[in-house]
Order: sequence, then C-alpha cells, then structure tokens
Amino acid sequence: MVSSETAPAAGQRARGLAPFLRSQMRNIAPFLTLIFLSAFFAFASPSFATIDNLGNILTQVSVTGIIAVGLTFVILCAEIDLSIASIANVTGIAVAFFTVQESYVNIANLPLPGAAAILLAIALCALLGLVNALGLTVIGIPSFIMTLAMMQIAAGISAMLVRGQIAYKVPSLITTLGSGSIGGIPWIVIVAAIMLLGGHLVLTYTRFGRYVYMVGGNREAAEYAGLNVKLILGAVMVISAVCSGIGGMLGVAHFGSAQQNEFDTYLLDSIAAVVVGGTSLFGGRGGIGNTIVGLFVLGVLNNGLDHVNIDSFLKILIRGLILLVALVINVYAQRLREKAAE
Amino acid sequence: MPEGQQPILELQGITKSFGGVEALRGVDFALLPGEIHGLVGENGAGKSTLMKIIAGVHTEFSGRFLIDGAETHFRSARDAHAAGIAMVHQELSVAPDLTVAENVFLGNQPTNALGLVQWRRMAREAGEQLSRFGIDVDPMSRLGDLPIGLQQLIEIARVLFSGARIVILDEPTSALSPPEVERLFTTLRRLREQGTAIVFISHFIEDILRVSDTVTVFRNGRKVAETASAATTKGALIEAMIGRGGEALEHSYTDDLMLPRPSDSSVILKVDQLSLARSLQDVSFEARAGEVLGIYGFMGCGQQELSRILFGKLKPDAGTLIVEGKPKSFASTAAARRAGVALVPESRRAMLFHQEPVYKNISISILDRISSLLLKPALERDVAQRQVEQLQIRPPVVGLDLGMLSGGNQQKVALAKWLTYPPKLLVLCEPTRGMDVGAKNDVINIVRDLRAKGLAIIVLSTEPETVLSLADRILVLKRGAVVREFKNEPVSKDRLLEAA
Repeated sequence: MVSSETAPAAGQRARGLAPFLRSQMRNIAPFLTLIFLSAFFAFASPSFATIDNLGNILTQVSVTGIIAVGLTFVILCAEIDLSIASIANVTGIAVAFFTVQESYVNIANLPLPGAAAILLAIALCALLGLVNALGLTVIGIPSFIMTLAMMQIAAGISAMLVRGQIAYKVPSLITTLGSGSIGGIPWIVIVAAIMLLGGHLVLTYTRFGRYVYMVGGNREAAEYAGLNVKLILGAVMVISAVCSGIGGMLGVAHFGSAQQNEFDTYLLDSIAAVVVGGTSLFGGRGGIGNTIVGLFVLGVLNNGLDHVNIDSFLKILIRGLILLVALVINVYAQRLREKAAE
Repeated sequence: MPEGQQPILELQGITKSFGGVEALRGVDFALLPGEIHGLVGENGAGKSTLMKIIAGVHTEFSGRFLIDGAETHFRSARDAHAAGIAMVHQELSVAPDLTVAENVFLGNQPTNALGLVQWRRMAREAGEQLSRFGIDVDPMSRLGDLPIGLQQLIEIARVLFSGARIVILDEPTSALSPPEVERLFTTLRRLREQGTAIVFISHFIEDILRVSDTVTVFRNGRKVAETASAATTKGALIEAMIGRGGEALEHSYTDDLMLPRPSDSSVILKVDQLSLARSLQDVSFEARAGEVLGIYGFMGCGQQELSRILFGKLKPDAGTLIVEGKPKSFASTAAARRAGVALVPESRRAMLFHQEPVYKNISISILDRISSLLLKPALERDVAQRQVEQLQIRPPVVGLDLGMLSGGNQQKVALAKWLTYPPKLLVLCEPTRGMDVGAKNDVINIVRDLRAKGLAIIVLSTEPETVLSLADRILVLKRGAVVREFKNEPVSKDRLLEAA
C-alpha cells in the first residue's frame, strides 16, 4: 500500500527497474512468500485450495487482524506493544463479567445491559492504553518495558475478574459479531476487513496518519518540525489497546468462552503479521497493506500445515523459522532501501 | 611535488549519478604521498561524492580506481579502511555514550592474551595521543558530555592517528574555534612529513590556501581547475568555483561595518533572566519585528541550548519568555510553533526526513493549515513547488527523496518549511554553515526578505562572518552569559572575536 502512496516521481523512475525493485523489497518479499506458500500447499494437499478453506483461513486470521491494525500504528512509530494479547484477554473477560451468566458459572459478576457492558469493556481497554501512553510519553519508560508491565497488569485484572473460572455469555451484539454470519460470510471477517480498511484510510489519507509516518521516520525531525510527538505516540498506544480490546471481545464470542490466558498466542501472531508483512521495525515504512499480506502469510502457513501430513510439534518450529526469515528480510530491506536512496 | 612520483591513489574518468542526476562527470583525480590536497567547490559540485567513492561509501560508479598503480574496486567502507583510507565525515559520527578513550580506539581496543580490553593502557595511550593534538581531557570521561567542538576534534584525532595512509577530512573546521584550527593544521603538517596523503575539503578558502599544497576546484560535477596553492589566490579560486567574477560575493568582514540604529518596532520576544544548569546564566534580551538579532559566541557558549529553549525543546531552570507581551512556557515544540516561533537547527540530520520526498519535508510544519482531517496531496505539492522555485532548490522536483539532494539544498528545504506561513519569530542556528558562496548569498537574501516582511529573526552562529553578514544588532555570548551588545556602532570580525 505504501508503494501506491509514494508514487514514483520523475527522478526515481529514471533510476531504472533494478534499484526500484530493491527499494520496494519490503513490499515484494512478503508477497512472494505468500504466493510461494500458497502454491506449495495447493500442490501438497488437494483440500487446501478450496473456497471453503479460504473461508477458514479468513476466519482464522480475523482476531489477529483486528489486533494487528492498532499494532501497525505502534510499530510504524518505531515503538512496540507487548500488552496487546493481555489487553485483548482482559477486555473479553470484562465484557463477560458485565453480562448475566448461567447459574452454574461461579463468578461474582456484575450483570449490566449489553450496551453498558460493551462500553465499559471498551473504556477499560482504552484506559489501559492510556496508562501505556502516559508511561511512555510523560514518564519516559521505553514502550518495550512499559507494555511488558502492562501485560502483567492486564493479566492480573483478568485473573481477579474470573478467578480461575470460565464465563460463557457475552452481550448478543458481541455474540453475533464474533460467531454469527451474514450471507455465509462470518461477521468477524467483515469486522476485521472494515477495521483494516479503516486503519489503512487513516494512515494514508489523514493528517494523523502522515504524522505517524513522520514520527516513525525521524522522531527528532518531527519534534523540530513542531509536531506534538508525545501526543502522537500516546494516541497510537491508545489505538493499539482499543483494537486489541475489540479483538478480545469478538474473540471471546468466537471461541465461546472467556477465561485466563486465552489469547496468549495472539501476541506473537500479531507482531509476526505486522513484521512478516514488511512494516519496518525501525519505523516510518510499511502500513496496513503490508499487515494484510503478513496476516495471509501466517494464515496460510498455520492452515496449510494442518492440511499436510506433518508432525504437529514440528509446526511450532517451522513457524519460528519463518518468523526469523521475515525478520532477516525486514532488516535487510531497510539496508537495501538506504542504499538505493544513497 | 616532484614530477613523475607514483600517486598513492588515482581516479580516472569517474562518473556517478543519483536518480538520473549526474553528480560526477568524467573526473580525474590523483593524490601523491606526503601531499595535502585541498578541494573546493559549491554545494553539490561533487566533492563529497568523490570522497565517498574513495572511502568506499559509494560503490557503484564508472571509471578506473587505482591504488599504488593497481586497479581496485572497493565493495564497502571496510575494504577502503583495510586499504588504509580513513575519512572524517561532515556530520559528527562518534559514540557519545562511550568514553573518550573508547572513541579514540573504536574498533581496535588494545587487548590482553585473553582478549579482554586493557582499560588502563587504552586510557593512557588515548590521553597521550590527544595531548599530542593539544587536547587535554580525561580519557575516561563520557564523550557526549564534552562540547561539540571538542567531540569533533576527538573524532578527527582518532582518524589522524589510525595509521591510515590516506586521510580525507570533509569540512573539519566548521565547528572549531580558531586556536583549535591552528592545532589541527600543525598536526596535518606533521602527518604530511610522515608521508600521509591528506584530502582537505573546506568552504574556508583561506584555510585551504594556508594548509594545502595543491588545490582542485569542482563545479557541477566536473573538475575545472587544479593548481599549486602557492600559485593561486582566493579570488581566482572563487571565480573558478562559481564561474563568474567572485570577489564581490565573499566579504571578508575584517573592516568595520556600521550597525544601524536600533529599531523601535514592536517587541516580539522578550527573554528575561533565562538560566539553564551550566549552559546559560541570566540571559536577557529582546527581539523586535523587522530586525535580525545576531548571537555570536564560540562553540559551547550556550547558543544551542538557548535556541532549544526558545522553541520549547528544552525547559529553562529559571527565567521567562514573553512572546508578544504574553509570558509563555512551552510544553512542547508544537506549542512554540503555534505561538509563532520557528526554529531551523544546525544539524540537517536532526531536522529533515531523508527517506521522504521533498514535498513532505516542506509541508510537515503547515499540514494543520493546508489540510483539515484529510490530507490534500495536490495542494501540498503546489505549496512545496512554490517554495522550491522561490528558494531555487535543485533539482526542482518535489517528489524526489530528500536524501538525494545536496547538503546546501537540504538546508534550504529546512528553511522552506517555515516560509509558506511565516512565523513571528524565526530562530536560525548556523544558517550558512558548510554552504558555498552562492548558497550563502541566497540565504542572506532570503533572510533580508523575511526581515522586510516584519519577522523578528534571531541568528545564532559560531562563525563571525555569518552573524556580521546578517545581523542588525549583535549579542556576544560567552560561557552562557551575554557579555557584550553591539548596536548602532562599528563592528568587525576582530571586535567580535575580542569580545567572545
């Protein structure tokens, strides 16, 4: 998506195709990976390349996709948010906590009308994001450490709310969006698509989006340009937390239960989706388009490995290796681009 | 130089282009051992590009590259380093968080049999090397705590004593005080006697003439002259550089210059008793509309800190800023910008987005005025295009990545971003540092235009020429305090230096 946004100018075109491709490596490599993986699994398993299975993949990446929208903003600013999975978890638990549960669920909860439960849950994740934001910008704690602490805090609140129990009921709106479907298309896929599109529009066409890229590109220069860098950094931390919260609520409805440690794998998956897609860990380069490609790479990989006959323990190792390769490409692409700009 | 001596380095027909723009066109260049070779030319003339080719930074070019008569092709700066080539870049590249000694020995710390760093030996040797260079600092102090001028000297010292056979110095004197320059020259002459070949790039033509044996002049990516330093003059070199009669352009400022009567227009900024830790003590002054206030002082006199306070980047320990009669305490640079203050800092790296196109660099500070929630890319490009034309930024392509522009043009872009909606107070730090004669004049004219429009302008510089060429009134800052004000009286370079 970034490639369409920075339309090549006259001077850049004159540089020739090879340098152009090199400068676009971070957009091209993930795409090639996706095509290669899809082709491989389609060849290896007849059940992979079917419409039904495409639907499966879309559904499987939806929760990750919703969380990754906010994380893309954070990584574009050259920060990180390690609390996304915990915040998703606590928000999902909170919305269940404020909903009437069946009598056999042994949680001292606080039933409220559905709309109130949803608003309170969103307020909770926004508040936790705000704490991240204040820690990062006002106190000056590096985001890596600040969100590591928040990961524990959010997990702690989750534990306090459910006390080892499992809740099942969430407001009907959340149930519909998380596990219902319309015309054969799951609502959760539609929500993920809308949020990804929204994130892309904000990053590409709004002033705030430009500020995010500029702060990520050169934070000092952004400050000398008279931008309120702390406000922008704070905003992306809140956006990240709210996206995680929405992902968490729909995830709970999707899984059919709200419990401790339900979202643990989503931390790595979301970071992987953003980074595998080619968004620079150094900030300023990439975008939602990259994240979408990254989501599909992970989705195809996870789903495809289920279709071929492979040791299920080996799957974990393979995922780790793919992530490593993506990181190498990410750093390498940055270097190539710097060289092309020389 | 004896005829027929084997050059240590020889380049033949070097051509290099960036994005279709030719930076070097068929340049020949030879360097003899035991020679100090001066390089002059306007910004973007190709000097730095050629040096980066020699230092292995740029590896793609056409032409022949010979070392000791043998054809060579460097694949990286590391290759160049292994061949005995070392370079001090225009921009400071030190490790501020390491000690002075570690910086001096960066990459080759002395180690014992176990591979552990010998700290005591390293500190002792670093101290010895630096004191030979006339630098007296504790080798175990943190480099970042030293003044910038000293950091630059230490970087130069590291390169000079690295044992390289070919040393390239790109604008090494711009941040140095006169006595520091003297010490540098003494060291260079000593290295020349030992057979080191030195390339010396500078905009200070007097420096070039004083220290170098040979001078090469670049213009528009071509070598236009090569002559023995003894056989040429400043005027002749300037003429070769810009291709027209140059004397009138470069003012020497050794004679008295009469400052005008102080303006009685409205006070835009009043600074009262500003203090900051060890950097500033009770600094008070006023800046008026339609006036250029020059603030002169040596490196480390507190200028940099003062400019940061004015733009809300640093908070003073004591004192007040009053902008148009209202006391202000800027919580952020954004607050300062909204109050009508603009700053162009001295470091290009710090103020520009090198991987973004020119138009985004220009529009960044005015996006809230030329767009609402949504961006207006077409308008953004128009606004940028107007500034590019007005400031004669080359090449005039707003979609080009900023990193592809030459240093002087980048500096103009940094100024351009404030000009579409002129601020009330414009603070310029070293506005002409590292610029050639032509670009300097462009900047002087831009500043005069802005003054005529009624802006209050503050110019902070460590170069007396810069302040003298621009200011209507001059404050001299020394160790964080205002020690002298020149107004409505004659002033010259000597008088300024004496006051500082």
